Amino acid sequence: MRTREGRRAIRVMALLTAVLLGLFLLSFRLGRYDVPPGEVVRILLSRLVPISQTWTDKMAAAVLNVRLPRILLACMVGGCLATAGTAYQSVFRNPMAAPDILGASSGACFGAALAILLGFSRSSVTASAFVFSLASVVLVYLIAQRARGSQVMNILLSGVMIGSLFSACTSYVKLVADPTNQLPEITYWLMGSLSGARLRDVAFGIVPMLIGLVPLYALRWRINLLTLGEEEARTMGVNTKRLRLVVILCATVLTATGVAISGMIGWVGLVIPHLSRKLVGNDCRYLLPVSTVFGAIFLLLVDNVSRNLLAVEIPIGILTAFVGAPFFLYLMTRKEHVL
Amino acid sequence: MSLLVENVSFSYGKRSVLHNVSFGVEKGEFLSVLGPNGVGKSTLFRCILGALAQYSGAIFVDGQEIRSLSHRERARRIAYIPQTHRPTFGYTVLDTALMGTTRQLSPFQQPKRAQIDAAHEALSRVGVAHLAERNFSHLSGGEQQLVLIARAIAQQSDILIMDEPTSALDYGNQLRVLQQVRGLSREGYTVLLSTHNPQHALTFADRVLALQDGAVAAHGKAEEVLTPALMSGLYRIDVTFADTPGGSVIVPLMGGEG
Repeated sequence: MRTREGRRAIRVMALLTAVLLGLFLLSFRLGRYDVPPGEVVRILLSRLVPISQTWTDKMAAAVLNVRLPRILLACMVGGCLATAGTAYQSVFRNPMAAPDILGASSGACFGAALAILLGFSRSSVTASAFVFSLASVVLVYLIAQRARGSQVMNILLSGVMIGSLFSACTSYVKLVADPTNQLPEITYWLMGSLSGARLRDVAFGIVPMLIGLVPLYALRWRINLLTLGEEEARTMGVNTKRLRLVVILCATVLTATGVAISGMIGWVGLVIPHLSRKLVGNDCRYLLPVSTVFGAIFLLLVDNVSRNLLAVEIPIGILTAFVGAPFFLYLMTRKEHVL
Repeated sequence: MSLLVENVSFSYGKRSVLHNVSFGVEKGEFLSVLGPNGVGKSTLFRCILGALAQYSGAIFVDGQEIRSLSHRERARRIAYIPQTHRPTFGYTVLDTALMGTTRQLSPFQQPKRAQIDAAHEALSRVGVAHLAERNFSHLSGGEQQLVLIARAIAQQSDILIMDEPTSALDYGNQLRVLQQVRGLSREGYTVLLSTHNPQHALTFADRVLALQDGAVAAHGKAEEVLTPALMSGLYRIDVTFADTPGGSVIVPLMGGEG
């Protein structure tokens, strides 16, 4: 038995999934080297079932080695950040909460900058960003445990502080970095980009993504109760402290995964949860899956623009803000109350 | 005895709020808690609800100290109906009521048919089934209060705790909500309700617990405990009681220019 709201949400979900699938296939067509649509499908299928080759090796290389990892990563990062944003908003009972609220992004930036400074390989930069991202949030949580008063407020405050601490550290790393090669690399990383994506990045991201997503999906009904506030949720039998910790940890793993792979990409985690709330309401049973799919669509779309609009690629982090900020302001000033 | 409070004292830091409060509530009893602002009514309720654990003394529900129960076990016995509920994110009325059933589910379960049916049933029981698909935040204060009562019914606990449920409502809604609550207590729910209006206690409650300076000033049957002396002690207002065909009425004596 489904409520009217539930039936609507399922229709929205089906529509979004169809859009994502269509966009996914379309994205293989975009790029300087043209591959006909039939060949795209055949090349992709040839990985799963044996098909006689009708395409050139160059086509296969473009589809499988260049575009496939990039498209998959865009979907993964968008889905991760949007889901994390939705989860953070529910935990902190604040529609303005975004995935970087607890310093996860600042931590990742510092981790990446430090690894670049020390001359680590590309994979180590990603790993270092991931580890520092997680570490910063764990630090925030441990500090908040020691403070008195409202736990949620303590977490938010120490998140802001740890975030600014890591930002300062990143600035220092930039200051001492070699300005001819390291500094541009750090700056470029911080802008956020999916260029140079490889299948190894997909393999690196898929495990933490599932570790973050699966518990959140399983707990999605209870996450609703967290939005009622601590005392009220407890009287309904929810162990709020434990639930909040699990949700924060999972959302942080998702954020860390997204940021470590792609660098700083703002806005997805704030704008997409908002739009998803407009589409299906605030019930996390539907909201969480919808924000995942919607986030994947959004980032894939933006990344397609990023790599095709101009001859020089525009970093996706810049583009999301270009698209996200005006759109958000438009929503905010619309006559009917939407936010 | 459904709920037993024994020698409970509580202080916020150095400021002592409750001193040696003891009373019991029978199953199916409607107990109204009276007392001036800041006397500790909410603190008492928060102790009973397990939100404040640093009290001395003991609170038993079905013979078990509430601090020894898990959140889930406590939610099975006691449901809470807040005075106002301003959700950050709007949910439908049905989802709001459905949240009450959460204690029946394990953490990874989503509500199923049985829970949705229970939520619908609870909504019709307080007469707001027609609002099921509406957004809770868009309802009037009286309707919201009824939905929160439905949420507590859906929780299927034996004891309902209501902290000034009528203070934000208009005259008609106050009485309609209290009538619903009395109906529930007649069906076997144990009700603890705090109010600022002693007339509500006199009209609807079985028994009254009056708190003054953090201690029990009076406890007993409503019509026996509520006296001009108690009113003047609690509120520093002189009153007289008038018998009417509709029951006893408390009339304040404001004494003209005073």
